[in-house]
Amino acid sequence: MSSATEHATTDVAHGHDEHAHDDHHHAIPTGIKRWLFTTNHKDIGTLYLWFAFIMFLVGGAMAMVIRAELFQPGLQIVDPNFFNQMTTVHGLIMVFGAVMPAFTGLANWLVPMMIGAPDMALPRMNNWSFWILPFAFAILLASLFVEGGGPAFGWTFYAPLSTTYSSDSTALFVFSVHIMGISSIMGAINVIVTIFNMRAPGMTWMKMPLFVWTWLITAFLLIAVMPVLAGVVTMVLTDKYFGTSFFDAAGGGDPVLFQHIFWFFGHPEVYIMILPAFGIISQIIPTFARKKLFGYASMVYATASIALLSFIVWAHHMFTTGMPLAAEMFFMFATMLISVPTGVKVFNWVATMWRGSMTFEVPMLFALAFIVLFTIGGLSGLMLAITPVDFQYHDTYFVVAHFHYVLVTGAVFSIMAAVYYWLPKWTGKMFDITLAKWHFWCSLISVNVLFFPMHFVGLAGMPRRIPDYALQFADFNKWISIGGFAFGLSQLIFLALLIKACRKQGEPVSDQVWEGAEGLEWEIPSPAPYHTFDTPPVVK
Amino acid sequence: MASHDPQNANGRLVLKLIGITLGMFGFGFALVPLYEVFCDITGINGKTEDEAAVYTAVEVDTSRWVTVEFLTRTNSGMPWEFEARTKRIKVNPGELHTVEFYVRNPARRDIVAQAIPSVSPGTAALYVNKTECFCFNHQPLGAGEEALMPMQFYVDPQLPEEIEVFTLQYTLYDVTEEAKEASETAALPTLDAVAVGS
Ligand code: HEM
Ligand SMILES: [Cu+2]
Repeated sequence: MSSATEHATTDVAHGHDEHAHDDHHHAIPTGIKRWLFTTNHKDIGTLYLWFAFIMFLVGGAMAMVIRAELFQPGLQIVDPNFFNQMTTVHGLIMVFGAVMPAFTGLANWLVPMMIGAPDMALPRMNNWSFWILPFAFAILLASLFVEGGGPAFGWTFYAPLSTTYSSDSTALFVFSVHIMGISSIMGAINVIVTIFNMRAPGMTWMKMPLFVWTWLITAFLLIAVMPVLAGVVTMVLTDKYFGTSFFDAAGGGDPVLFQHIFWFFGHPEVYIMILPAFGIISQIIPTFARKKLFGYASMVYATASIALLSFIVWAHHMFTTGMPLAAEMFFMFATMLISVPTGVKVFNWVATMWRGSMTFEVPMLFALAFIVLFTIGGLSGLMLAITPVDFQYHDTYFVVAHFHYVLVTGAVFSIMAAVYYWLPKWTGKMFDITLAKWHFWCSLISVNVLFFPMHFVGLAGMPRRIPDYALQFADFNKWISIGGFAFGLSQLIFLALLIKACRKQGEPVSDQVWEGAEGLEWEIPSPAPYHTFDTPPVVK
Repeated sequence: MASHDPQNANGRLVLKLIGITLGMFGFGFALVPLYEVFCDITGINGKTEDEAAVYTAVEVDTSRWVTVEFLTRTNSGMPWEFEARTKRIKVNPGELHTVEFYVRNPARRDIVAQAIPSVSPGTAALYVNKTECFCFNHQPLGAGEEALMPMQFYVDPQLPEEIEVFTLQYTLYDVTEEAKEASETAALPTLDAVAVGS
């Protein structure tokens, strides 16, 4: 612990002024410096969340280009190489720039408040892990403008597409992925250390809110697989520029090896993007059902088993690479096994609501939509897990439908639910409920117009990542594109709402904000003071 | 991090976590040899041995017939014509056979080729024993030249019962650049020796 400092913060009752981490500034600096040099978990949380939202809009704009091109059959708006760059960079930005940073932002805001800690354990590293991210994405986006274009090999960057056939800007792609990886590893280390060492007295493991639990497990997944991603992009780099042949058959390598290493990272990665969502939903449902979460312990064990199982199912992405029968059977059954703990979770949420006194505030609306629509995504996942049928579905729009249900109506909806749930605590004001309801209903309808028909065109054989398609898919694709534009526009309502909220417009809220909310973060004042829990609370 | 004395609990935990991170980075690279060893033992990726087998009076199983099909292809950018003279052959396991492959280099430059075998179904790869193969070495052809490349093999009688047909495919890669680089680096020591001597 470091020097004692005085505080110019306004409200909270600091019984004492010993501060561990913000010894750099005595008062909150204002302007750009506050944000550049901040080590405060709430400031960094806000930065992450805004960054994620901006990336969500940028990646969304690319999706609009994709849907505009696919509005009709034929090639009309962009040339195929640019189309490929759009699908690639859309995927990379949404995964690494939107969903993951948004969850890290939520962790920054909420984990210390939920466990009664004054800040994250490693505040200066926290500042770094955020501020390298804008550089990573600046590099990635800049690569779109160099000669030959940006990455066009899909977010999965399969060799030899990313080695032999990629443009000269591939090095930029590799470096930006390295930086993203370093950022999320630092963020994960911070979360783990905070949760291990900074819990308030009495906050035992099995009293931790589920959001904290799911993030702890996610953080372990992150430090386990992000280094593998760093390794595999490094191999792509050396194969392309330095004459190695990890993935080049002529030099004794094997392109299928790329897929094994990539998916060894890739499947746990999809759980990195959904476990915190499970945590969020497990916080929200009990509040608005006014009942304790059903099966707390089973939720913890289910999360841990999903995380462990996620390491042994990666080859379900590779059924069509010519694996031996025994391996296909193994990966098929292991994949299906994951739906057991996932089912436990859905069951527990439903059981929590059973005979509860439910009300349908905006966070609850998003949480309910999550449960229904994420489950649809889980079911299409189960279909894909059946090896023989995956031979038909693989690389079609059916897969696109599957992962957008789990990622958009799953991960992204959970993030929106979280923002609506905790925003009044952050700003001290209730958000504009009318706008929020418009945002919800417009998003809910358009997202289904957008993604549901993809199941059908996929089953009928429309391949993914191709800028043109056969005539019989035309009507469905028109509807899909209309849904896409509507979903994109709906997010502008969210933008307007967030700007209003940040300007502190709206009705003041109580400390508890929501009638049924329980947990340490609802016991501190609203808006949450700049410094909280300088004296640790005692958890009964 | 700097503000933390490594003696304290945070520092120790951070070090452990960085250890896991570095370990997993290493593990990513360790997957490469692990994969090779795994495939070598199980043969599941369809690669045959890249060294000559020795034919030691294997018992010929005359009661069983296995059909071996040969496929050829060239990697994109490789201009050679490449064709199996024998497209399919019925063999008794344990019996030694020679088949020939025709190649022609229609390009105006000398090209060095490397053939990469692949067996389908992959599990058969372990039982294809080659005593002689053009795929063991680089194959150079001058501009406009043609050649017949032999391959001598036998099928191990241990081949699982259910496999009645399997396909052996060769892909030709243009490795002229790599071969040049390799011979240049190999030539370096002699150049050095000359320089030292003079
Ligand atoms: C019950 C749970 C799940 C099962 C059984 C499942 C199964 C599968 C299978 C078999 C595939 C490969 C399809 C193919 O390429 O042919 C796949 C793809 C995918 N899944 Fe899931 N999945 C599940 C949940 C999830 C979740 C929770 C997420 C993310 C939040 C997710 C994200 C993805 C993504 C991104 C892809 C496509 C990757 C790509 O090729 O670009 N899945 N899933
Ligand atoms: Cu997967």
